[in-house]
Amino acid sequence: MTTPAARRGHGPSRRAVLSAGIAVGGGLLVGVPLAAPVLSKDGPAGFAPNAFVRIARNGTVTLTMPYVEMGQGTYTAVPMLIAEELEVPLAAVTLEHAPADDMLYRNPIMGAQETDGSLSMRAAWEPMRRAGATARTMLVAAAAAEWRVDAAECRAAEGFVVHDRTRRRIAYGDLAERAATLPVPQQVTLKDASAFTLIGRPQKRLDSADKINGTAIFGMDVRLPGMKIAAVMASPVLGGRIASLDDREARRVTGVREIIRLDDAVAVVADHWAAAKKALDTLAVTWDDGPNAGFSTARLKGELDAASQRDGVVGDEAGDEAGAFAGAARRAEAIYRLPLLAHAAMEPLNCTVHLHGGRCDVWVGTQAASRAQAAAAAAAGLPQDLVAIHNQYLGGSFGRRAETDNIVQAVSIARRLDHPVKVVWSREEDTQHDFYRPAYHNTLRAGLDRDGRVTSWFHRVVGPSPLARWLPPAVQNGLDPDAVTSATGPYQFPNRHVDYVRHEEHAFRSGFWRGVGTTHNVFVVESFIDELAMASGTDPLEFRRRHLRDDPRLRAVLDLAAEKSGWSKPLPPGSGRGISLLQDFGGTILAQVAEVSVEDSGSLRVDRVTAVVDCGKLVNPDTVIAQIQGGVIFGLSAALYGQITFSEGRVEQGNFDSYAAVRMNEAPRVAVHLIESGAMPFGVGESGTSGIAPAVANAVYAAIGKRIRQLPITSDM
Amino acid sequence: MPYRLTINGETREVDADGDTPLLWALRDILGMTGTKFGCGAGLCGCCTVHVDGVATRACQTPIDSVGTAGIVTVEGVDRTDAGRRVQQAWIDLEVVQCGYCQPGQIMSAAALLAGNPEPSDAEIDEAMSGNLCRCGTYSRIRDAIRRAARLAKPAMETAQ
Ligand code: FES
Ligand code: FES
Repeated sequence: MTTPAARRGHGPSRRAVLSAGIAVGGGLLVGVPLAAPVLSKDGPAGFAPNAFVRIARNGTVTLTMPYVEMGQGTYTAVPMLIAEELEVPLAAVTLEHAPADDMLYRNPIMGAQETDGSLSMRAAWEPMRRAGATARTMLVAAAAAEWRVDAAECRAAEGFVVHDRTRRRIAYGDLAERAATLPVPQQVTLKDASAFTLIGRPQKRLDSADKINGTAIFGMDVRLPGMKIAAVMASPVLGGRIASLDDREARRVTGVREIIRLDDAVAVVADHWAAAKKALDTLAVTWDDGPNAGFSTARLKGELDAASQRDGVVGDEAGDEAGAFAGAARRAEAIYRLPLLAHAAMEPLNCTVHLHGGRCDVWVGTQAASRAQAAAAAAAGLPQDLVAIHNQYLGGSFGRRAETDNIVQAVSIARRLDHPVKVVWSREEDTQHDFYRPAYHNTLRAGLDRDGRVTSWFHRVVGPSPLARWLPPAVQNGLDPDAVTSATGPYQFPNRHVDYVRHEEHAFRSGFWRGVGTTHNVFVVESFIDELAMASGTDPLEFRRRHLRDDPRLRAVLDLAAEKSGWSKPLPPGSGRGISLLQDFGGTILAQVAEVSVEDSGSLRVDRVTAVVDCGKLVNPDTVIAQIQGGVIFGLSAALYGQITFSEGRVEQGNFDSYAAVRMNEAPRVAVHLIESGAMPFGVGESGTSGIAPAVANAVYAAIGKRIRQLPITSDM
Repeated sequence: MPYRLTINGETREVDADGDTPLLWALRDILGMTGTKFGCGAGLCGCCTVHVDGVATRACQTPIDSVGTAGIVTVEGVDRTDAGRRVQQAWIDLEVVQCGYCQPGQIMSAAALLAGNPEPSDAEIDEAMSGNLCRCGTYSRIRDAIRRAARLAKPAMETAQ
């Protein structure tokens, strides 16, 4: 079993990767003119035809992995792409986390070194196979030269180049040096899908072994010689400052080394976290809360409601929505509200920093290594190339570990110390200082004709724009495309109007959360569609079918969901089935049918979920199933319980008692059915999360006739 | 006076205040980072270890309460029969996602099976509901516990 070798920061040095780049005259990513031998940590010189693949003289294949593993299985699926084309067993590929470098390791879709948007598989699909095929082609050419035969007579298999006619073969390791002297081919032939031996066949995750015996190293587990551990407390109100601090008692706690006062936070540095936290809890801090002291959830709701009266920036328009609505045979209107959500990844935020000799080393699990590097450099007052990011396994992230606030904070603390420090947030700190999934207000109205067909559709989205902060050029003329993504669902409405009113709050930070805009809009659209189906007296599944965009993939998913869920089978009183359908921006189509039962006491149980997914080409089918299953449970926690509320500028939730998540006794069985269509793989990390809330809410309506227009569901029942 | 703890069959010394939670003694003092911190409040189960065979939240267990009891952590759970079967079943059914909660899940599952070789669904819920998994691996955990229970039977052993 291979293990990611980059634990404890033994990844390839930035210099090693770059020196290969320099040796070949730059431009390693594509169209590399020459390969160059590089020194690898495996000792002997090897062969590195591009920034991703390296073959050592001893035959080791190393993949420098630009995407991070946070549970989604990318550490298995991406090596599969390389191994498929390189013709080596999957187990022969060793992984290293890539260092921060946008030039070499950017996600070609996002244009930066990021693992997000369910885009890794789509982004990696072509380049990674090409990287493998390039190496294979060069190894075959090297063997052909060695044997003085035509390369066309040779083939690659299982880590060898084989010449069948003369029954000779040479191991890749023995060819590495010769291959490194050959020109890198501009054109390589990728395998035909019918010849795939790995892609599309279930492969065991390569990271499992280390994750079940305690040896996998997450950011939380980093240990360095001389390292101390810090606990922190930041101002409970965003923008607040320390007014006074009495740390006399804290200094008496055994094991405490330093107490560091930042502007907006205080940190206790100690021999171990228990001492640091114990001391932190004894601190007498008074805060100057600043301008956000009066902020509350009630105020937020009032401001969103008021903003919804403004006209928005048009995101999608066709026909004459207002006219069609006015002339409709039947009209429906509704307001849907979504709460703020925390990410609550299982691993609380942490970051380890060592500033020494004018350099800065950072050990952290991050979704965005190059942003992490830039943020650390700014905080350290150093040029970016003197900051090394040692990326680690992520104990969940869901969007949170794309931000860099914890890194900046840890660097600020480390600047005051002459030894490495690991800053570890408590669960409460993690919940209360998140970049929250925004709260949204949605105004919906639709007109129906006499036959129950939707003739007009209006959807106004009101909320902040994390995208405007993250990627400013993506927001053109005030329109945040993420805020209005999926705002008409997978449907075709002849007259429609979608607009967006941007409303920013300064009392908290908002950010991306698993499923981003889709998660928010799918709840709204799929619930309102259900309302319209009921208003027209049509079965909700049939109603959706009638309004679908003309796309056979959508129909196939819906039809299979009807069949697999037993859609038309009656349920006992108090139970109900609800459906949702979505196509997310990654292209994945997913239908979910939830079955719920509501007891007389009002308590809700989700009994069963049937999911049908079409994510194009399947790379590792079991990982797709696992991602949907997990995404459903993650989304269900939010649907049932998730909400962050504010009072006097402070977050009212803290640990898992007040910010609850679904536990095993509440977890429904999730049956996932796959439809394979198309040649491209689409991502599945977010889809499961997006579709579950409306499926459950619609099932509640089917069970007890109560329409849920506000999340979490338990707050609206 | 340092505390002497028996961990995975070895005696280890921990020089810290008696109220130091076992979790931080393991992680920060002894460098055994397999046992995870998730909540520090007994709410998530990430820190589960065995104390004399009983699944115990290390974040809620002061080192001065352990005495001579034998502690087993995820690093040593493969020395027990139930632990080995649980780990095998976890691999067989591909339970793991991010993996952060899994040491705790495995420790809870191994303690369950050691005391109850054929748990019912309700008993699995009872034993495992203190272990959160934000990646949502619950149904695979349930299936893996059932599989680990079956792996105990000689018929399965020959079939392997
Ligand atoms: S860390 Fe001990 S139960 Fe969560
Ligand atoms: S596998 Fe990620 S929290 Fe359980």
